[in-house]
Parts: sequence; C-alpha cells; structure tokens
Amino acid sequence: MKNRTLLTVGFALLPIIASVAITALLIVAVGSNPGDVFVAVTEGAFRDSRAFAGVINFWIPLALCSLGLIVTFTAGLWNIGVEGQMMIGAVFAAYGALFIDLPGPVLILVEILLAMLGGGLWAALVGFLKTRLAVHEIFGGVALNALANVWAIYLISGPWAPPSGGTAQATAPFKDTAVLPAISPEFPVSLIALLLVTATLVIVSFALSGTRWGLQLKATGKNSRSALLLGVPTTRSAMSALIVCGMVAGIAGSYRVLFTYESLRPLVSGGIGFLALLVVLLVGLRPLFAVIVGFAFAVILAGSTRLKVALQLDQSLAGVLQGFIVLLVLLSNGLRQRFTSDSTSSETPNTTTTVEIQRTQEHG
Amino acid sequence: MKIELRHIHKRFGTVHANNDISMTVDAGKIVAVLGENGAGKSTLMKILSGYQPADSGEIVLDAQLASYHTPQGAIAAGIGMLQQDPLDIPAFTVLENFVYGQKTGFLYSPRKWRERLKSISARLGFELDPDQPIANLSIGQRQQLEIVRLLSMGVRTLILDEPTTGISAEQKLILFEALRELARNDGMSVLLVSHKLEDVIALCDSVVVLRGGRLVGTLQLPATMDQLVRLMFGQELAPPAHECLVNPKTAIALDNVTLRGKRVTVQNFSMKIRACEVIGLAGLEESGQELILRACVGLVKPTHGHIALGETNLTGKSYREFLAAGVAFGAAGRLEEGLIAGLTLTEHIALATENQSLVDWTRAKMLTDQKLKQYNVRGRPESMIEQLSGGNQQRLLMALMPEQPVLMALEQPTRGLDVDSSHWIWQQLLERRERGTAILFSSPDLDELVTYSDRIFVAYAGHIVEISDARQTNIDELGRLIGGHFEKASGS
Repeated sequence: MKNRTLLTVGFALLPIIASVAITALLIVAVGSNPGDVFVAVTEGAFRDSRAFAGVINFWIPLALCSLGLIVTFTAGLWNIGVEGQMMIGAVFAAYGALFIDLPGPVLILVEILLAMLGGGLWAALVGFLKTRLAVHEIFGGVALNALANVWAIYLISGPWAPPSGGTAQATAPFKDTAVLPAISPEFPVSLIALLLVTATLVIVSFALSGTRWGLQLKATGKNSRSALLLGVPTTRSAMSALIVCGMVAGIAGSYRVLFTYESLRPLVSGGIGFLALLVVLLVGLRPLFAVIVGFAFAVILAGSTRLKVALQLDQSLAGVLQGFIVLLVLLSNGLRQRFTSDSTSSETPNTTTTVEIQRTQEHG
Repeated sequence: MKIELRHIHKRFGTVHANNDISMTVDAGKIVAVLGENGAGKSTLMKILSGYQPADSGEIVLDAQLASYHTPQGAIAAGIGMLQQDPLDIPAFTVLENFVYGQKTGFLYSPRKWRERLKSISARLGFELDPDQPIANLSIGQRQQLEIVRLLSMGVRTLILDEPTTGISAEQKLILFEALRELARNDGMSVLLVSHKLEDVIALCDSVVVLRGGRLVGTLQLPATMDQLVRLMFGQELAPPAHECLVNPKTAIALDNVTLRGKRVTVQNFSMKIRACEVIGLAGLEESGQELILRACVGLVKPTHGHIALGETNLTGKSYREFLAAGVAFGAAGRLEEGLIAGLTLTEHIALATENQSLVDWTRAKMLTDQKLKQYNVRGRPESMIEQLSGGNQQRLLMALMPEQPVLMALEQPTRGLDVDSSHWIWQQLLERRERGTAILFSSPDLDELVTYSDRIFVAYAGHIVEISDARQTNIDELGRLIGGHFEKASGS
C-alpha cells in the first residue's frame, strides 16, 4: 500500500522534474544560465502589480476554457473546436459592443450573454455534425475553427471595418461603456471576469459531482453503450456537454475582446483553447487542479516575455518547457499503467472513447 | 504437419478457459474442434496461432518444440489462421493484399507475385482477379484470397474459424474441395472450428469436443449428428423445475417480423409471449435467436412487421421508448453492455434510479447498501464495478433492473456463473415471473433451457421452430433442431 502511494507520487513528480531538467540543458546548450532564466521569468511574472495583472489576464480565459473542456472530456468528447468557440464568442460580444446602445452594466451583461450564445451555437454545430451526420468531433471542430477565424477576418476587413479605412488589423476600439472595467490602473484586471471564473469553477464542480446530468455525462464518457442500455440519453448528453463547453469558451473569447484588446482582432483566441486542452490532459477531470495548473502555465508564459529584454532569449522557450511537461506527463501516465496495470482508476480523460450515438447503435 | 498440444492451460481471472488440453493432429488430417460458446475453442486456437500465449503447456510441431509469441511467429512456424472476418485491407487490390506481409524485398516484381497468385488460385479452383479492389469481393472470395496468401507464406497447418458463415453454397463446395486437396496432396493439417455440424460431417476426418475448458471427447468420422450432439452437450437433462403459470394477458407480440442481422436474417416470424411465461431461445451462435431477443427490446428494428408490448404498438420505436413501456434487458457481455467500468456501485444505482436533477448521494448510498443486501452482492458501495466477480456483477445488473417489468429479455443470464449463483439468479427471475413478468432468455446450456422454459424457440440459420411444451422434449430432439434438422422433429 505504502509502495503504491510512493509510486503514484513518483510518477506525478518525475515528468515535471525531467522536463525542467531537459529545458535547463537546452538553455545551457544555447549558452545561457538556467538560473538567470528562472530569475527573469519570475521577474517577468511578479516584478510589479502590472506584470502580475498580465499573468491574471492570460489565466482568466485559460481557466475558463479548461473548465469547459472538463465537461466535454467527462462525456468522452475531444472538443478541439474550443478555439473556434472562443472566437465566435468574441465575435458575438464584439457585435454587442459595436452596435448595441445600452447603459454600461446592462450592455456588458448583454455582451457576455451574446458570447455564450455564440460559443454555444458553434459547439452545437460540432454536436449536430457528430450526432446526426457522423462527423467525428475532432474533424468537425478543426473545420469550424478555421471557419470561425475566416469569418472574424471577413467582418474586420469588411462590414465592421473602422470608418477611417480598414487595415484588416482590428475593428474600431469599443466605446468605454462596452468594455470591462479594470480594478485599478496599477492592477488592470477585470473583477467581473474573476467572479465569472469563480462561478464557473463552482458550477462545473458541482454539476459534475452532484447532478444527474453530470453522472450521465460520466457514464456516457466511460461506456456509452452501457449508458444507453441503462437508459441514459447518450446523444443528448454529448450535445449538452458540447454546448456548455461552448458557452464557457464563449465567455473566454468575450474577455479577450472586451478587456484584453478592447476591439475585435483576427486570432484573438490566441491558441488559448488548445493550451487549455493540454491543461486538462495534464490534470484530468479535476476542476480545481485545472485552474491551478492553468495559473502555473500563465506564470511561465506571461513571465517569459521578459526573456528577450533580460537575456536576449526568445520567449518561445516557455513553449518548449510546456511541450516537454505535457509529453512527459502523458508518457509517465502510460508507463504507470503498464507497471501497475490499472488503466481504469486514473482520472485522466479517456483518450480512446468515442461516444456512440443512439441512432447508429440501435441498428447494430 | 503433425501438431501435438501437450497440457495446455490458460486462465482469464477465475475462468479456466483451457484446462489441461492435450491433442494430436496428424499431417493430412482435417479435424473439427467442437464446443459451445465459452467452451474454450477460440482460446485454444488463438494459442496455437500465436495471438495469445498459453499459461503453461507445450506445442510440438513435427516433433520439434515450438516457441512463438506472435501470429507472424506462428506463420513462420507453419501455422496460419483464417479469421472469421477476413483480415484484409478493403482499399487495396487483391494483388496488393496478397503481397502484403510476404517477404518481397524492397523492390519487388509485381509480375512474379501475380503469377504466384494465379498459380495457387488455379490449383485450388479459386477465381481471383488480381486487380479487383477487395471492396468488390464477396466474403467467400476474401477468404479464398487469405488462404492463398497463407499458403504462399509457407503455412502447413490451416486453422479456420467458422469459415462457412456468410458464404454461398457453391463457395462452400469449392472451399471444402480445396481443403481436401491440400490435405491429401500437401499433407496439410486443417483445424476447423464450426458450429455447423453438417459441415463437420461432410468435411472432417475426426472431431474433438471441448466443454467448460476441458477436452471431453474425440470421435472418428463418419458419425451421426446425434452422436456429435451427445458429445457436445452431455448426456442427461435435468427435470423441469417449475410449474407453468397460466395468464391470458399478452406481454409482447411479434407479428410477422423480418429481422436482418450481419450474417443471418429471420423472416416473417411471429411470436406471442403471455404474462408469467418463461420462453427459452436456443440455437448456436448467430443463428437468429440474438436478433429476436434484441428486437423485443427495440435494439434491432424489424424491416417488416409489427411489435407490440401489451396494448402499446412499439414498432420502430427506440430502445428508450421500449424501456419506458416496461421492458428490461440484460446483455451477454455485462461489462460491454450494461455495466460501466470506472463507475462505483453507488453511481450505477444512482444512474438507474435517480430521477431528480440533483443527486442525493446519501440516499443513493443507503439505497445501494440495501440493494447489495437484497441481491446478495458481495462488494462495497464505493467499489468499482470491474472489481466484482462475474456472479456479483450479474446480481448487481439484476438490482439495476426494474422490480416488475412487463418483459425481461436476458441474453445468457447465467453466463460464466457457478451453480449457486445461477440458481440464485433463477430464483429471482421466477419470483418476478410470479408477479406477472414475462421472461425471454437465450442460453447455450440445454439444461438451463429445459429446466426453466415453458416453451422453447430453436433457431437455425434464421429459421425458427417452436417446441410448445419444453417438458416434453429431450436432448436428442433439441440437438437435432439446433443442428438444423427440422423435418425430423416437427412431429413433437
């Protein structure tokens, strides 16, 4: 029993230590000192309240997307389309900001609701393709991601171009009443967004552990065939998981336009959805862990912008470290399963399940 | 090639799938391996063909001890297995599939391989066009291609798993002629796994019979179908163990339905089950009984005809609508269809019983405790389902079913269970029957069928015969029907 605990802890720590070591070797290989890099990154993230706000502003959409993805992973779905769902959330929120005239607080509420609507609809498309037309969610998601980007670029360069003549860089800046207020100029972070992350964390945790809906998602994700035979509406489960994830991703997208950029730009989603996939792969289906690990990722990424200034190193070093962590954690999960031969007890997302759809099953 | 198996053992968990099996197949002989589902045939054939290792025991080929651990190794040693579903690549052509896996060298000459394919096919009377894509071939032709490929790779023993399902009568004749030719002139030994006793009698030199993981008998052919059935199923039938209950209410009615399966079609079949009746479904694998059972719960949709549960017409409705109307279904593969590995017992109970949107875990746990006691399940509420033994899983599956459905449809309800567990399950089922539930079950165990059924339907290749009083039947009649000899039994 004691051996087993040791093994578990070992397998959790080993990949992180190994990836730090490999990255350190790389740093030495390019002629820098790993210690200096560590200091630079830490400074980059924590040197003052504005730097720290940069970390938080990166973390907010990342945490939201991770929480959404936990819902779809629970249902056994690979929602690669999360990136596009963010993008459409951003587009819908931008529509509110550009064209709706309402008093400040009401407008912001409307914008966020619009973002949830947009993200949810875009995810529902993935679900529709999967459940009705048998298009795997990964392929549907990738295609819709591309479409979302193209649509945003079209809007920016065409109908929503600023009056001065568009350069396809951004829409006109949003009016003051349309953007999220910062806590203070020294700490530019949106309180509303922080509250939204907290609320999402609480709701997702509770929905997955305390509701029939969450139980049905879990059953569908682990064995959709059995779930169906036990009376779970598996098609509806899959669809609702996608829509919920899309809504949360939509909020994340709206944050990028309503606070970070204060205008709609191409690629505002910035790969955060994909990063969130990695976060969930690392932590499994644990909402609180996802939020914490997401924060660590945000520290490394936001902190590494300092590398260029301090050490003339490219900030993509952070990506290298991240890549190694993810690879090595997944590798050690595989090794652990081989050694302890327990493949079912882990809380990591099931990478093999695909949700069987009621329609097709019933013919079999 | 002469094959000797010596003391082969293989265990899967608590199941002793192969228990001390020793047998010899002489070169040039065609031997049938018979046995019911779960008797251990597939396990033995997989061991011989390198798909899985034995726990202990020896394989001796032409007086040489063999040691291989992969199918490729087995083929190199001279043993090739023809899977029930041909392992070919549909997008490739016949020639490409033929070459696939063979030692061609990096640059190979298509012409040489084309000639080789043609000459082997011609010798065996197979007609294979090298340039046809596999997708255009019939199952029989794909099988022929696989045989040609294995021969080209130097195989001297062929294992065939149910080779005659899904192929035409003509292709069957060609196949049998080819196998006889190979055995006679090449000294090829052939192992045939089949449920079709008439094929076995037509083709083989001898049979070996497995039951419950043991080799229980060998028989030189020619022999009669009765002798084979007797060896497969044992000698005696237990007496029926319950009274018939009379209840005029119809539980479920199938009216002139046509059910299409992958390999078999049941046509224009009608059946009425009354409340309180126990109906057994007999038949070898894929004979059509599975289709009937699943049609009764909405998992197979009839292409023709009507299904009604009580007064409700359910034709074409979904499984969930059948559930709501009052059926309960238990599949043969418990962990594949019914239980969810990775979920606890409490989660299972909550999933089946909870109808509020918030789960009350305290209540669910109490309910689970109570159900575990009631159904005699040895396990804790927080255990994962896959940690339970087969018998306990089956009892939990019973606990998940509604207390008093109109119809319970169960595939092999006592599969893999010991005598006590089986007995317990049947007590539960008969209790529910007394409260008005009709029970429809399939079983490979003739004892079980005769012991508990009021009526039995026997399926053979999609044809169904009814035995209207299960208590009047005997092992010979059942065996003949299962083997497809309907005309002899129609008098009873």
